[in-house]
Amino acid sequence: MTKCTEDNKPIMVGDRTIPPPDARYITISIMGQPYEVPETLTILKAMEFVGYQFKRGCGCRGGICGACGTFYRIDGDHTLKTGLACQTVVEPGMILAQVPFFPSNRASDLDLESKMPADQQIATMYPEIFRCVGCGTCTRTCPMDIDVMGYIAYFKRGDIKGGAEKSFDCIMCGLCAARCPANISQFNVAMTARRIASAKLTPKSGVTAARAEQVRSGRYEPMLAELCEMSGEDLKKLYVEREREPDLAKPGEWMPEDQTHL
Amino acid sequence: MSEGYTPEMLDLIKRVEESRPQRLSESRAGKAFPAMSMDARDVVLNAFHPDYTEEGRRALGIGPNKDEVYPEELIDLLESRSILEAVKPDLSTPGYETDVLVIGGGGGGSAAALSAAGEGLNVIMATKLRHGDSNTVMAEGGIQGADQEPDSPYFHYLDVIGGGHFTNERSLVAAMTNDAPVIIEWLESLGMMFDKHPDGRMKARHGGGTSRKRMHSAGDMTGAEIMRVLRDETRDRKDKIKILEFSPAIELLMDENGRCAGAVLNNMETGAYYTVKAKTTIIATGGTGRLHYRGFACTNHYGATGDGLVMAYRAGAKLGYMDSVQYHPTGTAYPEQNVGLLVTEKVRGLGGQLLNIDGEQFVFPLEPRDVESAAIIRECVGNGKGVKTPTGRLGVWLDSPLIDELHGPGTVQRELPAKYIQFKRFGIDIAKVPMLVYPTLHYQNGGIAINDQSETTIPGLYAAGETTGGVHGHNRLMGNSLLDILVFGRRAGQAAATAIAGGAEPGTASLDHLVEYGKTLSDAGLDRGAVSPMILPNYATDEIRSRRWDVKSPTV
Repeated sequence: MTKCTEDNKPIMVGDRTIPPPDARYITISIMGQPYEVPETLTILKAMEFVGYQFKRGCGCRGGICGACGTFYRIDGDHTLKTGLACQTVVEPGMILAQVPFFPSNRASDLDLESKMPADQQIATMYPEIFRCVGCGTCTRTCPMDIDVMGYIAYFKRGDIKGGAEKSFDCIMCGLCAARCPANISQFNVAMTARRIASAKLTPKSGVTAARAEQVRSGRYEPMLAELCEMSGEDLKKLYVEREREPDLAKPGEWMPEDQTHL
Repeated sequence: MSEGYTPEMLDLIKRVEESRPQRLSESRAGKAFPAMSMDARDVVLNAFHPDYTEEGRRALGIGPNKDEVYPEELIDLLESRSILEAVKPDLSTPGYETDVLVIGGGGGGSAAALSAAGEGLNVIMATKLRHGDSNTVMAEGGIQGADQEPDSPYFHYLDVIGGGHFTNERSLVAAMTNDAPVIIEWLESLGMMFDKHPDGRMKARHGGGTSRKRMHSAGDMTGAEIMRVLRDETRDRKDKIKILEFSPAIELLMDENGRCAGAVLNNMETGAYYTVKAKTTIIATGGTGRLHYRGFACTNHYGATGDGLVMAYRAGAKLGYMDSVQYHPTGTAYPEQNVGLLVTEKVRGLGGQLLNIDGEQFVFPLEPRDVESAAIIRECVGNGKGVKTPTGRLGVWLDSPLIDELHGPGTVQRELPAKYIQFKRFGIDIAKVPMLVYPTLHYQNGGIAINDQSETTIPGLYAAGETTGGVHGHNRLMGNSLLDILVFGRRAGQAAATAIAGGAEPGTASLDHLVEYGKTLSDAGLDRGAVSPMILPNYATDEIRSRRWDVKSPTV
């Protein structure tokens, strides 16, 4: 960015935290040890700021991988809170511990071809869901605000697709399982249910299957070979002249004028 | 809910709201901001894209790609000695022996492992962090595949190669676009929760640079859904696939004939190393965003430090397209906690528009990514029409509320659930107020050179995914990286099976190539006493670093 004026230069420090000179500092406690960190940092960046170099407990740093589940309390408050370290901003008096791994039960006998009804399959693989006492701790624990107890209830009454959809945002951090008094590993049940619901309870895409079959028959290989052999100029011409499907075209309604390469 | 913005920013948002009714009626009438001509693209790229300027780059002084000009942060890693030169591991009795060693546990590695296991081979998958920790989980918008009626691999090919400025390895483009519909069908068969119409037809959308709607998605967490399904399936194949987590490969093993013979792993938790003797080795270690070229923020996973590139290069593998990096046009610029994080292109696919400080459009929202990024940098830095955040970062507005106006209330929350939650945490409702964005380091276009069977220039060594270079040329289109990793991951697994069926068997494993590499480095006067691969980034303050016992290799 050679054109930057000093005034307009964006700050380029990668992911390191360089607090402004007037930053305010607060005290947090990382597994019992007090540290001074700039306020407004996330737990993850605050831990790095004081010198932690993560092996466990850090992944995508964007709230989607489930590596950095964290339990915390605020000094003086009896409530146990949860959050993802990469998404939770530090607070004064925060006492925290990460739970980067929690032992869970995972049934490994998923058979997507099974003739058994979906609800029975879930009930057979994870009978412990019927021990759910409905306390709702899992739901209160979930850092993604998923109604965990709600989806387990769907599974119990046989609505596998409903529960699968309700669990869709799950990042499998395992915090629900860490708190469940009935020893259910909810996130693994939901994983299995989503696969069963998608593979067995949702219609297959006929268009996709037909095209995959055309690919396997070798239909496109000569067309692609022709493109691979073509001069750069001819290829550019084809690129510039290609028709664009209108944004608001309904599925399967619009067809291009050139249908020789479909 | 908009208390996440400062009063000054809320004042500026009023300008966005003032221009919205006019923009809305234009969008409804199908009238878009004009796209750039090929010449106009060149002008903005040459003036404002970081890949096209001299700053922060230098020529590589060693190895098969000597004299090529790359970002300095990468050159520093390649011009370093091996960690293992000092360790001198005992190679006489291997810790593990296997048919296939897969290095990397993201989408590409998992696809490779499943494909090799499907051919009846025994697989070890070694991954630096947890199985699934990868850029795959962070890919939000979708995966391309030409499965709709007005489309075919032919048109997909044209889009890929045009987006890549016609510099792509053509055989790789043909392989990727031809396999795509089969990949989509495979994911569906594994129980992936695609966005579908009630009759089962996949929902398909446009992305930047596509001529047909072929973007398939699972909400705005397509990559995360692909990864959790592949991980679940991999765990179900424990008869064939052994997973070693927190055990990055540090160097490749080579035999006396220059054939890859496996790798040395390091268990990061115990500090102990293990050797794996493998008939075939597949590198799927992903990208390099965590090298933070030129101080750019990045969208990448914590582990994206390019370890596979470094070990393959020391072993003599040729790289390609390493001069080319993708800056994603829309990285988060505010709030500070989210800086650098990806805002999926799907926002613009759904009709979201980019606006300057005056609430005016300045670019067609779906230009190829490099052009779009350069246009944003031009608007902020060249034209001085960016919005400045309280910490001094610059950005432009991405008008997400327009999506609800176009497609009905609730669309933003339904179609972009992960993004919605991510901003809501910091008091910003993206269905009501726009996001502030700036280009962010996103993707490594270059990497280890491969052919259409995922073979590198080293016998017995295969590579797949972001660690490779060529298929996307000098610019990748949205939705082709999730496709790339699965196509070439599966092809690598199959190629390994073919090689093993043909009697592939490495000779005596050694690390002599490291000594030779170190000597070449010293002879060329390039030995700065640094060691690589990096393994983990280090975000401690300078003050903490200066007080560590060993600042050179804190991890290994």
